[in-house]
Amino acid sequence: MGEFKLLKGNEAIAEAAIRAGADAYFGYPITPQSEVMEYLALQEPHKRTGMVLLQAESELGAINMVYGAAASGKKAMTSSSSPGISLMMEGISYLAGAELPCLIVNVVRGGPGLGTIQPSQADYFQSVKGGGHGDYHMIVLAPASVQEMSDFVKLGFDLAFKYLNPVMILSDGLIGQMMEKVELFESIPRNTESDFSWAVTGKKPGREKHRITSLDLDPLLMEKHNQELQKKYKRIRDEEVRYELIDCDNIDFLFIAYGSSARICQKAIKLAAEKGIRIGLLRPITLYPFPSKIINDFASQVKGILTVELSSGQMVEDVRLAVEGKVKTEHYGRLGGAIHSPEEVLEAFEKLFIKKS
Amino acid sequence: MRDELRVSEEIISEKNIVYKKTECMTDAILSYCPGCGHGVIHRLCMEVVEELGILAETIGVGAVGCSVLAYDFMNIDMVGSAHGRAPAVATGIKRCWPDKYVFTYQGDGDLAAIGTGETIHACNRGENITIIFVNNGIYGMTGGQMAPTTLPSMKSSTTPFGRDVELMGHPIKITELVAALPGTYYVTRQAVHTPSAVRKAKKAIRTAFENQKLKKGLSFVEIVSNCNSGWKMEPVAANKWMEENMFPFYPLGDIKIDGKQVKES
Repeated sequence: MGEFKLLKGNEAIAEAAIRAGADAYFGYPITPQSEVMEYLALQEPHKRTGMVLLQAESELGAINMVYGAAASGKKAMTSSSSPGISLMMEGISYLAGAELPCLIVNVVRGGPGLGTIQPSQADYFQSVKGGGHGDYHMIVLAPASVQEMSDFVKLGFDLAFKYLNPVMILSDGLIGQMMEKVELFESIPRNTESDFSWAVTGKKPGREKHRITSLDLDPLLMEKHNQELQKKYKRIRDEEVRYELIDCDNIDFLFIAYGSSARICQKAIKLAAEKGIRIGLLRPITLYPFPSKIINDFASQVKGILTVELSSGQMVEDVRLAVEGKVKTEHYGRLGGAIHSPEEVLEAFEKLFIKKS
Repeated sequence: MRDELRVSEEIISEKNIVYKKTECMTDAILSYCPGCGHGVIHRLCMEVVEELGILAETIGVGAVGCSVLAYDFMNIDMVGSAHGRAPAVATGIKRCWPDKYVFTYQGDGDLAAIGTGETIHACNRGENITIIFVNNGIYGMTGGQMAPTTLPSMKSSTTPFGRDVELMGHPIKITELVAALPGTYYVTRQAVHTPSAVRKAKKAIRTAFENQKLKKGLSFVEIVSNCNSGWKMEPVAANKWMEENMFPFYPLGDIKIDGKQVKES
C-alpha cells in the first residue's frame, strides 16, 4: 500500500509529476491551477529527483520549452487553464506533428475569452477535436477525483511515450481545487540515461543525425506523414479506450458524464433511485479515444441517454454519433463557470425524459 | 583535353588539399539564393562545432524563415521549432542537458518580431546557450516583406514606397537591447561579406560556443547579412548597399564581452 496524503487536485498533479520521474515542468501562472507550480517550487524537485522546474515568460514559452525538452528525449510537462491552453495550441500542434511525447494539464475554467475562474467543461472540443491547426489528436484523460489527478500523470506519461504523442489531462477548477485523500504511487526513478533512437542529444559517432520537425514541403511526403499519424490514432482508438460504469445493471436510462459532472451525476442517480427511477452512469475516462462502442451497446438497451456537461453541449455530439439515432439523447449543463447540483440534473432529466413522455 | 584532365587529377589530390568542407555540413545542395550569406554562416557554425570537437554534444534549434531547412544542411542533431520560439525550445533542451552545446539559428523576423518575448526572456534568464541571429532586414522566405529590422525608407513588398517610420515604427536594434540585460555574457555584431569579415565572424561564433562551458550566460551573435532577392539587387550591389546603409545603422563589432558592455569610442 502506498502513502496516503490529503491533497488538492492541483497538488496531486505536482506530487505525481515528481513521483512519475518527470524530467521537467515548465509553466506560467493562471488561476485555478497555480498550485501545481507553487507545490513544485516548495518541493524543490531538483533536490528530490533532479527534475527541472522553470517558470516561463508565457504559455507560449512554456509549451515550447516542453517541446525542446521532449525533443531531447525527456519526460516534460506543463499545466495551465483555458486561456493559457489556447495560447499553447500552436505548440501542441507542433508537438503532435513532430510526434513528441509530453503531458499537458488543463484545469478548465469558464470561457470564452478571459471568462471566469470557476470550473467549466467547455474546452472539450478544443481538447478532443484538435484545437490547434492540422489533422491531429491528443490522448485526452478526464480525471473525476484527486486520486485520478495523481494516477493519470503516470498513465499520461506512459501513453505519451508509448505512442510518441502529446497527452492532455482535461480537468477543471473543481477537481483542481478540491481536497481528497490520495494514495500516492511509488516513485519511479528518472531515466537519466535516455537516448532514444529519435531524440536530439548530439550526433554520436557512427549514427546518423537525428532531426525533429513537423515540416515537409513535399505534399506527398506530408500526406504520407499524415497517413502514419492517422494509423497511430486508429491504434489508440482500438487499444486505449477507458471508461467506468457506475450502477449500470438493470437500468432504464443512462447518464453520460466525465470529470466533475460525473461526480455530480453519481449523486443524481442515487436521488433518482430513491424515486424508483433506474439510471446508470457511464463515465468516459478517455475523451479521446472516445468510448463510442459501449455507448452504442447501451443505446440498444436503454430508453434514453442524458449527457451532463458543464457546457452548452459538446461531448453530446460524440455521444449522438455513437448512439446512431437508436435512442433519444439529450444534453443538460450549466454554463460559464456555474455548476449544476444533483437536484438540478435530476430535474432536467425528468423534464426531458419523464414528464414529456 | 586529356592532358588537361591529367593535370587536374595531379592537382586535385589528397596532398594538395588546402581547404575541405567540414563533415558537420551535409552534401545537400543549399536552398539559398546565390550570394546569400546563410551558406557561409552555416559553414562557420559547423566548422566551429568540428574544430571544438563537440559534435556529439551539440544540439541545434532551427527557426522559421529562409533557414527553416538548416537541419538538412547541418550534419548535427537538430530540431525545428515554431516561428519565433527557438529560444524557448533551446531553453527546454539546455535546462535538461546543461552540459550539451545548444544553439539557435534565427532570422530577424523570427527573433526580433514574432519571437521577441522568447528572445528577451531567454537572454534575461541567462540561458547558457548560443543564439546566431542573421539580420538581413527583410522577410526573405515569404517574399521580401518588411521586417522588424527593415531600415527607414527601405523598400519591401509591404512597404513598396519605403518604410515610413511614422506609420510603421522604427527598426529595432534588438542586439543592443539584449546587451543591456544582465543575462547576456557575450554580444557581438558581425558580417560575412568579405574574407576578413568572415574570419572575424568565425572567431565570434567560436567564442559564443566556447562560452557555454563557462555557464555565465547567453552568447548572442548577430550577423548582418544581405538578401539579394528581397532587396532586388545583384549580390555585389547588395553587399555594397549593405555596407553603405545597413552598417551605419547596425555597426559591426563587439557590444558586450565577458558580461561587460564595451564602451563606445
